[in-house]
Amino acid sequence: MEIPKTFLGYKREDGRTGTRNHVIILPVDDISNACAEAVANNIKGTIALPHSYGRLQFGADLELHFRTMIGTGKNPNVAAVIVIGIEPKWTKRIVDAIATTGKPVEGYSIEGVGDIDTIARVSKKAQEFSIWASEKQREERPISDLWISVKCGESDTTSGLASNPTVGNLMDKLEPLGVHLCFGETSELTGAETVCEKRGKTPEAQEKFRKTWSSYNDFILKEATDDLSESQPTAGNIAGGLTTIEEKAFGNFQKIGGCKFIDVLEPAEEPIKGPGLYFMDTSSAAAECVTLQAAGGFNLHLFPTGQGNIIGNPIEPVVKLTANPLTARTMSEHIDVDVSKILSREMNLDEAGDELIKATIRVANGRLTCAEALGHREFVMTKLYRSA
Amino acid sequence: MAGTDIIIHDEKDNVGVVVIEKITPKQDCDCWIMENDKSVKIQSMDEIPLGHKIAMTDLNEGDTILKYGHDIGKVVKSIKKGEHVHVHNVKTKKW
Repeated sequence: MEIPKTFLGYKREDGRTGTRNHVIILPVDDISNACAEAVANNIKGTIALPHSYGRLQFGADLELHFRTMIGTGKNPNVAAVIVIGIEPKWTKRIVDAIATTGKPVEGYSIEGVGDIDTIARVSKKAQEFSIWASEKQREERPISDLWISVKCGESDTTSGLASNPTVGNLMDKLEPLGVHLCFGETSELTGAETVCEKRGKTPEAQEKFRKTWSSYNDFILKEATDDLSESQPTAGNIAGGLTTIEEKAFGNFQKIGGCKFIDVLEPAEEPIKGPGLYFMDTSSAAAECVTLQAAGGFNLHLFPTGQGNIIGNPIEPVVKLTANPLTARTMSEHIDVDVSKILSREMNLDEAGDELIKATIRVANGRLTCAEALGHREFVMTKLYRSA
Repeated sequence: MAGTDIIIHDEKDNVGVVVIEKITPKQDCDCWIMENDKSVKIQSMDEIPLGHKIAMTDLNEGDTILKYGHDIGKVVKSIKKGEHVHVHNVKTKKW
């Protein structure tokens, strides 16, 4: 199949391209959620991104919170941003960092004003942003403006046999075209960590991966109270035939095909070493991982599932594929691409990879994913430890 | 090619994955090895559902399960060729 050289996206002020055109109302902290949701309810064409944290965090955990907030605002799928926090200082820090992209962004703080007046003031600005963004048009943009993140969930053995290798096939075909790619799930590479490490393109990337995986594994061993059964693998994984974390890891790892990773990113860190594959240090919980990848700047997500994970994300469209024929049948409203014919050998990986590329470009052009149509907007902050 | 009941990732593997809705005891199953496109046959001993693993050989306690050509855990209860391989007889070597 000849891969299209362009797709239809929204060109942003900083040169990046969005596959979506969201106006977001971003609360800095948990107690600003109510305001953000009220504004999004008032003003059509905006979405609120409520979450559970943002107070009294400190150190690396606070830095990760800021990186996630700022990265979400900077993501090219976002046309304009309103930031609402209880206090002005942290709000301003987020606003100023998002403003470096050149996109419209305004910040508001609630202390000394109260919810009701804040909602009124913010709603006026949100209306202005929404109407402004509605005039943005899609234009032809190079395929290399796609930044694709991947993560699998509720995996079973069909994931490792077929849906993950389908994503790997797509990576093998898109990497030479200059697309940015990202995989994560540090804990879920356990068992395959030495094989994965060798996929680092440079000794530095390999070393960085080794340290990142070891640190995550040490943390799990320290906190674990049992063998983690029903957590890793999950009860769903086990029902689907996956027996151990090692088996899950080798299945997971199929998603990167034959690609090598250039660098290891911190959670929510934006890649700066050019096109190619990156590894991001993330949890293996779906919503946490995709939230971090979206904050890293990725504009389209591919999500292979076995037993039927239903996750979506508010700003990054999540394309779901499955090779499990039962899931494709019983949960069809969640599945964008059905590759179950690989198991009956009526379809090969090359054909499945082409189908996934076609679906990816249609979604990049604006086709709603199943998760978008169903209203899945899971926005989940990763928290490293307790607040002060 | 229709008619494949079990797929094996790598020739070194000692387990295969059921890819039809289920296989039943004494069923003669057609297996396909992805790595080298070879076909082998096996008779099942148990009922095994879609996605679950079958032992391609007799396995003793302490043996290593190979899938994708790699170590995915250890046998904790001996397994006969054709039996269901899962959490009741295999455990992780990691956590």
